[in-house]
Amino acid sequence: MSMTEDSQTPEASTPVETLTTETTPKMIGRDVSVFYADKQALFDVDIDIVEKEVTALIGPSGCGKSTFLRCMNRMNDVIEGCSVTGTISMDDGDIYDPKVDVVQLRARVGMVFQKPNPFPKSIYENVAYGPRIHGLAANKAEMDAIVESSLRRASLWEEVKDRLEQPGTGLSGGQQQRLCIARAIAVEPEVILMDEPCSALDPIATARIEELIHELRENFTIVIVTHSMQQAARVSQKTAFFHLGNLVEYGETEVLFTNPSDERTQGYITGRFG
Amino acid sequence: MTPEETEPPHNHIVKAYDDEIARLNQLFTEMSGVAEAQLDGALRAVARRDEEMADQIRLGDRRLDTLDTEIDALVVRMLALRQPVANDLRLIIGMLRASSDIERIGDYAKNIAKRVPALVAMPVTPHTRSVIRLGRLVQAMLKDVFDAYADQDIAKAISVWEADEEVDELYTSVFRELLTYMMEDPRYITTCTHMLFIAKNLERIGDHATNIAETLHYQVSGERLDERRSKADELGPDMLDGDSPERAP
Repeated sequence: MSMTEDSQTPEASTPVETLTTETTPKMIGRDVSVFYADKQALFDVDIDIVEKEVTALIGPSGCGKSTFLRCMNRMNDVIEGCSVTGTISMDDGDIYDPKVDVVQLRARVGMVFQKPNPFPKSIYENVAYGPRIHGLAANKAEMDAIVESSLRRASLWEEVKDRLEQPGTGLSGGQQQRLCIARAIAVEPEVILMDEPCSALDPIATARIEELIHELRENFTIVIVTHSMQQAARVSQKTAFFHLGNLVEYGETEVLFTNPSDERTQGYITGRFG
Repeated sequence: MTPEETEPPHNHIVKAYDDEIARLNQLFTEMSGVAEAQLDGALRAVARRDEEMADQIRLGDRRLDTLDTEIDALVVRMLALRQPVANDLRLIIGMLRASSDIERIGDYAKNIAKRVPALVAMPVTPHTRSVIRLGRLVQAMLKDVFDAYADQDIAKAISVWEADEEVDELYTSVFRELLTYMMEDPRYITTCTHMLFIAKNLERIGDHATNIAETLHYQVSGERLDERRSKADELGPDMLDGDSPERAP
């Protein structure tokens, strides 16, 4: 197929139509480009992240999907030599505005990582940490309530309620990941970014997280990077396919997986790349 | 449509996947060939009142059933092992649907052949010709839809889909003709009733060919080809008909 040749050049990318939806977008990216030193990793990405929906970012390794995810809560700020151009806004506010407090931003846009990374503290402290530094609880009772409700929303409460003082690192991988999700939602974020949250988990733990994502969607806007296309198909309403730093196709998950409009998308999701 | 897309969808990273798709295509091609031959044989057996040929057609249907079962099994296997998406998914689901249409077409051809012994016992009548004409029309439709499948040709699929209207019209006129013969001479009633069932079977084969055309359209383009035509085959007041296909006489 000539497809792979064409796609080597970013200029060859077809213009991506911005998806219009009835619902208001929670976050809007326009002309987002990312450079690591002088190497461009992301090219003019335009995307609307719909509120209270799950958006999956898929694509081969190095396609820019994680780079874009990290732009959404300015995690790229800490990377030496990384610069972001274009605009990303949330509820009409530019998140790259110099006046924005990055700590506050990251409370609004939480993140769950690939490898579960609980703090080396108790289960309780893992969840209470965020609310404490953001001053969300006035007293112990309020904090207890936040911890319980966060653990409940992360479907972990029943499993850990009798051992809240034990270290979070003592839980199983799947439990640790749900603890990280509880930690992320304890500060009441509006958006949760998930970077391959299930890649270190077994199928049962993965199914639990997927079920959880489905439940969390009621209250949060979720953006998930995943290497599992089946997972993207299962959990998301919108899917964005990235390739060589370009957003190639973005649309309804169902349409993208049954009738993709770009040949590169088709090649990738059907396993014909390379 | 780029040339690449009309070629067999090969070069998956997982080679076994390609082999399965090739096998599926091969089974499907054989199945469509057998179905065409079955219909042709059934029509010739009717036209010539050839009982021996009718017998062959009756037995020949088993091959279609076997192929249909094989396609079913392969599709289930591929769905379970490959979790197909996009054009692969449409291809695999398309084959599953089209093969069950072909299997039904085979059943109708067999039913037509089964009437031959009854016709042999009857006096030769002039009614056969228009039924055979209907048969030839349906046969052409079937050939076209399988050609369209082989070339993944959407335009041809649409023309087959539209040709079904012609079949329906001819069926209606054959129906009236046979009815007229029966009213004119009650001795023809038995023969004409058999011919009527044959005509109805042929009309149903046309419907299945239309289904296959729709399936092909979806398979290639990802878009459905229905609700475009208000089917012109509403029944006339003199036509008693259930839409249920007759499996056996």
